[in-house]
Amino acid sequence: MNPSTILQLIVVIPLLAAAGILAARRRPNLREGITLLCGAVLFALVVALATTVSWENPPVVALAQPFPGLSLALSPEPLGVLFALVASFLWPVTMIYAIGYMRKHGEINQTRFYTAFALAIASTLGIAMSANLLTLFVFYELLTLTTFPLVTHSGTAEAKRAGRLYMGILMGTSVAFLLLAVIWTFKLSGTLDFTRGGIFPLGTDRGVLGVLLLLFVFGTGKAALMPFHRWLPAAMVAPTPVSALLHAVAVVKAGVFTILKVAVYIFGMDTLGTLTSADFLAYLAAFTIIASSVLAMTKDNLKARLAYSTISQLSYIVLGAMLATSAGVMGGSMHIVMHAFGKITLFFCAGAILVATHRTKVSELDGLGRRMPFTMAAFTIGALSIVGLPPMGGTWSKWMLVQGTLDAGAWVLMAALLVSSLLNIAYLLSIPVRGFFARPVACVQDHGNPDEIKEAPLPCLLAIGITAIGCVLLFFFPDGVHALAEEIVR
Amino acid sequence: MSALDHLPILVVLIPLLTAVICPLFQNGRTAWKLALGAAWSSFAIACMLLHQVLNSGTVRYQLGGWEPPWGIEYRIDVLGGFVLLIVTSIAALVLSYARRSVEDEIRPGRISFFYAAFLLAFSGLAGITVTGDAFNLFVFLEISSLSSYALISAGRDRRSLNAAFQYLIMGSIGATFILIGIGFLYMMTGTLNMDDLAVRLPEVADTRTVRAGFAFLTVGFGLKLALFPLHLWLPNAYAYAPSVVTAFLAATATKVAVYALLRFLLGIFGVGFSLMSMPFDMILIGLGLAGILSASLVAVFQQNVKRMLAYSSVAQIGYIALGIGLASHTGISAAVMHLFNHALMKGALFMSLGAVAYRVGAMHISDFAGLGRRMPFTMAAIAIAGLSLIGIPGTAGFISKWFLVLGTLEQGWWPLAVLILLGSFLALIYVGRILEAAYFGTPKENSAVREAPLSMLIPIWILVIANVYFGLNTELTVGLATQATTDLFEALP
Amino acid sequence: MYNYFLAVFLMMAGFYVVIAQGNLVKKVIGLGMFQTSVFILYISIGKVNGGQAPILTEGVTSYSNPLPHVLMLTAIVVGVATTAVGLALVIRIHEAYGSVEEHDIQQRDNAEDALLEGEL
Repeated sequence: MNPSTILQLIVVIPLLAAAGILAARRRPNLREGITLLCGAVLFALVVALATTVSWENPPVVALAQPFPGLSLALSPEPLGVLFALVASFLWPVTMIYAIGYMRKHGEINQTRFYTAFALAIASTLGIAMSANLLTLFVFYELLTLTTFPLVTHSGTAEAKRAGRLYMGILMGTSVAFLLLAVIWTFKLSGTLDFTRGGIFPLGTDRGVLGVLLLLFVFGTGKAALMPFHRWLPAAMVAPTPVSALLHAVAVVKAGVFTILKVAVYIFGMDTLGTLTSADFLAYLAAFTIIASSVLAMTKDNLKARLAYSTISQLSYIVLGAMLATSAGVMGGSMHIVMHAFGKITLFFCAGAILVATHRTKVSELDGLGRRMPFTMAAFTIGALSIVGLPPMGGTWSKWMLVQGTLDAGAWVLMAALLVSSLLNIAYLLSIPVRGFFARPVACVQDHGNPDEIKEAPLPCLLAIGITAIGCVLLFFFPDGVHALAEEIVR
Repeated sequence: MSALDHLPILVVLIPLLTAVICPLFQNGRTAWKLALGAAWSSFAIACMLLHQVLNSGTVRYQLGGWEPPWGIEYRIDVLGGFVLLIVTSIAALVLSYARRSVEDEIRPGRISFFYAAFLLAFSGLAGITVTGDAFNLFVFLEISSLSSYALISAGRDRRSLNAAFQYLIMGSIGATFILIGIGFLYMMTGTLNMDDLAVRLPEVADTRTVRAGFAFLTVGFGLKLALFPLHLWLPNAYAYAPSVVTAFLAATATKVAVYALLRFLLGIFGVGFSLMSMPFDMILIGLGLAGILSASLVAVFQQNVKRMLAYSSVAQIGYIALGIGLASHTGISAAVMHLFNHALMKGALFMSLGAVAYRVGAMHISDFAGLGRRMPFTMAAIAIAGLSLIGIPGTAGFISKWFLVLGTLEQGWWPLAVLILLGSFLALIYVGRILEAAYFGTPKENSAVREAPLSMLIPIWILVIANVYFGLNTELTVGLATQATTDLFEALP
Repeated sequence: MYNYFLAVFLMMAGFYVVIAQGNLVKKVIGLGMFQTSVFILYISIGKVNGGQAPILTEGVTSYSNPLPHVLMLTAIVVGVATTAVGLALVIRIHEAYGSVEEHDIQQRDNAEDALLEGEL
């Protein structure tokens, strides 16, 4: 198959999956089988694309042309392929997990869940493969719309409130700021194609560019940069597979991915480095990193703690982009992958604990390591990766990011990264430590003897195993990711 | 002359004559069939006319063979053809959808009369778009207005009577203002033919009479098109009219009034006079903006869904006014584009509401609870058309908003762009309220609500699909709007 | 010239009645006055000093402009139709509400609203 066919199939396959899931709604086994099959095929296709495409002359597939001189088009590019690889690999893995989780938990509306999930993945891959800013914006909005039913899945009052916040912030910022920035960019440069070195004509007013950058970054609410971060903790009301894949990987990464794309291919690193607002945003990112780490410590609800941790980690990537150095951008790109594997492992574990014990609070996890050793071990691996300690993949991206701050001579930012790592240890590693070594506690959810707690269903454990091993493998074999990241800044 | 040469008059005559025949049949079903036939043949004629205009330029037709400027001339350019296409297509779709809704909402003995009034309103609106004579335009405007008062008063709720009466008072004042304005222009130029007026006006443009005429005309059309703050008649009229009438009027009546305003402002007075030498552009922008923000805000707090969308219409008219006020090529083509796109979305929305009224019978937001499951197709239509209203990419609404924002940025007024997009955000909130009720609300007990019948769903979905299609492929809309605007600008002396 | 002033006076008087009167019938009457004033305005436009009625007759060379008269014939028809529709509506309103006073109608609607809210 030639790359352009693959490119089309990449967006079409999740759509087919959604149609298949709907058609097989009366037969759960077939329904989930279709999901897994499509996920596997999708990943294979993305790998095929990544290995065969030539970066010098990438194929372009036009879908529609809503404006004269401006089309909806797909085209692979190193950063997008990196993102697509992560998303398409973790989709089937999450689906394996979801099968165990949703059935054990007896969730309602499972068909809607799987359908919306497939549609969200289609939008994510659209974002990853978009050839210009307009296409990216279109899929960005679609992603918000398709994930909305997932956030409000349970239909409770709390879920509805979360849904309102989710829509309000994500849609509001993107329509008010991002769209304005996109149109403004089009007006200034006459094109929206992602181009190495940026698209703004020489001599564009510095002040305008500065304002545009602010509009882009604040308009990308999915990146959860403060003060537009509130939707992410609220979205934790969704079922755990959603929190794991979408709110640790696909949706939030789509946000930071957008910012990286804009930084590298719309502004260009050279232009970006000269903007004062880039510095401001870098410091704001540093503030978000520290502030949300501190907030994470105060949270007793496990998923909320992980959500604040995500906010903090996302700002690493924003910081990397705003540094406008090669190492910063590479570090940010690699962190998309590394953090994805680490954080999805942590969410899987949180969900596994929930289905096995119905416990949701950190304070209830003391001594659980003895009952659920596998889950707790995986949690440790994920946490280590997030902290950035060897032998976990997170080490590399953090290394590059620190390198980036050093290249830029920004000591304060470097200090922020290091302090944040310490905070990570405090709020993440403390959980497995207490889980293994503290005395078990009993709590009301147990319905009986706490000693009877067993590990989560097998599919859940399988998924946890895959992602945890992934964290370790990424430490020993980071070459592929590194090579793609290098391609971005070449 | 072959029949083809008479197309400009046929598009008006067919519905007009059918309207006379309709009441002769006691049977409402027969009247409906007649009306349907008339609407679809008008639509076909409109397509042919637009084709002619695009191929061989402006179509001119002398009524009764009298030469202008003495006789009445019918004159269809790209803009007129485009608006005519909107009117006829919406009329054809709404009538295809109308049968069950009308049988449900109108008393059996009145159905034939209802269709007669409907066709009268339709022929009036179509007439406005084809005529090239200022006074003739006034007559058509009154034909459509008078019949729409009657149509609105046919609503089930007795409040529709009061709403229609208010509309009658406001509408007649507006019409009289327009009449005075036309009188002043005639006084100064001695002609009523629009082309002639455009030629002769510049000589006398600097007189108080012409300026007074200009003011009367603008206020008059402002009343007809419900420009903020002259919109007070609209929310009640739309909220209490029969569903079919609301769908038709919301999608076409205000659009045609905007067309008439554009015709006078740009075609007759010219951009230089109306928008540049006076601060009128600023007034339009200010009123447009005030309309967008205040009406959207009011819409957010409405409990009656039909009323909510009526306020949303006022806001959308604000967008159109703002586009005109930008006085640039991009701005005005954005306004023209929005005429079309807004007709698509509001047509789909109000027709869907009509389907809900048919099955549920009420319009309070709490009545929508749980409809997402019981009427999945209707609700999906509301969802997609609602997204188009917000301006989500991939829908028609996005296209016009894009050009509008581009227009403001061209002038360097980016705070204005922010405010426009804030309007979208408000739209997100009120559309969100409907959808939240439909998809997350718990339905009332024992309600046996079913999906709307196919005869309603098909026309609704044609419009919904058009919303998506024209959001992705804009060759037709953007092309026509740009062409029409270029013509308006080039026609200037 | 005085007939222009007369037209303006009639117009304002009619306009005032429309706005100030709470009685729907009086509103329709005001609207009628308002429209009639415009007819006078138009007919005044058509007046040519020393002109005769525009009928071809021996020895007359100066005619009034006939076109405004013709236009007003149409406008009068429109005006009559408006009045007719308006009055018809008033009758229907009277049937439905039992009153033609704006104030009463408002009150009855509000009362109905309150009742509805109570049910919900």
